Amino acid sequence: MAEVVVRNLVKTYAASAHRATDDVSLEVADGEFVVLVGPSGCGKTTLLRMVAGLETPDSGTVHIGGRDVTGLPARQRRVSMVFQSYAIFPHMRVRQNIGFGLAMRKVDRQELERRVQRAAELLQLEDYLDRFPAQLSGGQRQRVAVARAIVVDADVLLMDEPLSNLDALLRLQFRTELKKLVRQLGTTTLYVTHDQAEAMSLGDRVAVMRDGRIAQIGTPLAVYDRPDEQFVGGFLGAPPMNFFPAQVRLRGADPQLVVGEDTWPAPAHLKAYADRSVLVGVRAENIQVTADPPAAGPGAQPGWSAAVVEVVEPTGAAVLLTVRLDTHQLKVQAPPGFPARPDDTVWLRSAPEMLRFFDPETSLALVTT
Amino acid sequence: MRRPWARAAAVQAACVAITLFMAVPMYLIALAALSSRESLNRFPLPLLPTDLSTETMSAFLRSTGVVPAFLNSLQVGLGTLVLSLLVGVPAGWALARYAFRGKEPYQLFLLLTRALPIVVLSVPLAKVFLTSGLYDTTYAVTLLHTALALPTTVLITAAVFVGVPRDQEEAAMIFGATPVQAFLRVVVPQALPGVAAAAMFAFVLSWNEVLGATILTLNQRTLPAQVLSTLSDSPLAYRFAGGLALVLPALLFIALMRRYLLNMWGATLR
Repeated sequence: MAEVVVRNLVKTYAASAHRATDDVSLEVADGEFVVLVGPSGCGKTTLLRMVAGLETPDSGTVHIGGRDVTGLPARQRRVSMVFQSYAIFPHMRVRQNIGFGLAMRKVDRQELERRVQRAAELLQLEDYLDRFPAQLSGGQRQRVAVARAIVVDADVLLMDEPLSNLDALLRLQFRTELKKLVRQLGTTTLYVTHDQAEAMSLGDRVAVMRDGRIAQIGTPLAVYDRPDEQFVGGFLGAPPMNFFPAQVRLRGADPQLVVGEDTWPAPAHLKAYADRSVLVGVRAENIQVTADPPAAGPGAQPGWSAAVVEVVEPTGAAVLLTVRLDTHQLKVQAPPGFPARPDDTVWLRSAPEMLRFFDPETSLALVTT
Repeated sequence: MRRPWARAAAVQAACVAITLFMAVPMYLIALAALSSRESLNRFPLPLLPTDLSTETMSAFLRSTGVVPAFLNSLQVGLGTLVLSLLVGVPAGWALARYAFRGKEPYQLFLLLTRALPIVVLSVPLAKVFLTSGLYDTTYAVTLLHTALALPTTVLITAAVFVGVPRDQEEAAMIFGATPVQAFLRVVVPQALPGVAAAAMFAFVLSWNEVLGATILTLNQRTLPAQVLSTLSDSPLAYRFAGGLALVLPALLFIALMRRYLLNMWGATLR
């Protein structure tokens, strides 16, 4: 058990001009599960490898459990790791694979047997202990890699896209199992993935990375609901957050949003941005949609905008609509069985508190509430 | 439309044909070498070992120069094996694991050494060895054979090391191994079959090589060189005996190394 403190890590690979990680700082509390997520090439794996001791940073420090491990080789850091490729040893039986870390640390034979057995039970590998990896399925090899990592009782568990080589169904199943397992163990865990759904479902906190920096870190829901920048909103969620430009205009004392020819009510804190254009971000599930035209005329419910349906995708639990509002394409989540067909007109609105606002120039969130 | 069993039968037939193609001459040579001289002249030749005798073989082995030549061949073969592994395995490792300037030209250059015929190489080599005092020694032949075997050793071992992912070494180091331990416990066991193949290739190449060995030696002949230079003037029975003496050690060596070549772990890697 230990916390991980990463300070100002900079790493540039010899062949490339830009920094793989650019002054990254991160703290993982004792027993916490932090997920690093981001598109490929964002530096998440490099960061993990520097914590593991497989890469040397150009500058910055890594502390594990209060110990400065920046200059220590991997074997002295008391970390364990699950690799994307599993990296289990094909010339050893499952038993030796799982026990490898214990054997290297000269744990006595009986103790080793006992712990290998327990790890095998946790991952349902008891029946395969005497097989070679080549005789196992992909999912079973993955289990061996995880068993090998947890059996050593390391201070920190590092996982580099451990589920990405499994097929979709198995991935979902093992994700749940992994979450349960790590919770039981209570080990500090740093987990790398490019899959935003995996990040959301596993992490106590999620760190979204981009271009070698951590764009935002927080609990999954905080990051999902209140992205600090347009990139984070667009990366998390399936479908990603919708973005469209709008003008802020004051009507009396209340700010309003002008979207095309319609006006939407805006939260009061947007007053400061009167007469400026902003980028509105809204999640598909936070848009209300109706097929019946709302009562028109003065005094009728305001804020409904007409949009033209382009694509209808039933997903079972909902219907995903792609609609055109003014000149902008939006994804809208409608209830299952929603009667819409391409070229139909539907009406949309969204509660002001569900809208997020970004600076169109910098893409950063304007107001975080 | 071919049926599956027809296909399987065809594959079997091809296997049998190839095996016969390889084995029949060896059998005939062995038969002839182990028959008495009289039975060789008989007509028709008996194809079953009815009249075995060690007379021909022992006469061949007693003839001048055969035993020393055999020992020379063994010495040169093993020397070539050790030297080419000593130089070739680290080179293969470097090619597999590191990116360095001139990697591509180096690989091409390796193959270039095999582009020159041995005759062209041997004469200047003989000159060099004459001036350095190595001429007519087994060392000279060993050096030549090592040079000939090296390109293949390097390329084979490089391919072998590429086959052991870097991830596995890193995993070993995460779980407490030093870099040397990771190499010995993870890379070496997996590379062994390939390295054995390279070793086998070097030995067999040396054992078979005649031309260079003939040019570089006068008295310290290797077996093929000795057999080539003397047996053309010898009776038929001697030639068969010489043939068997040449084939047998190479076969024995391959049989010994064979178990390293077969997939060692119950199934193929990956």
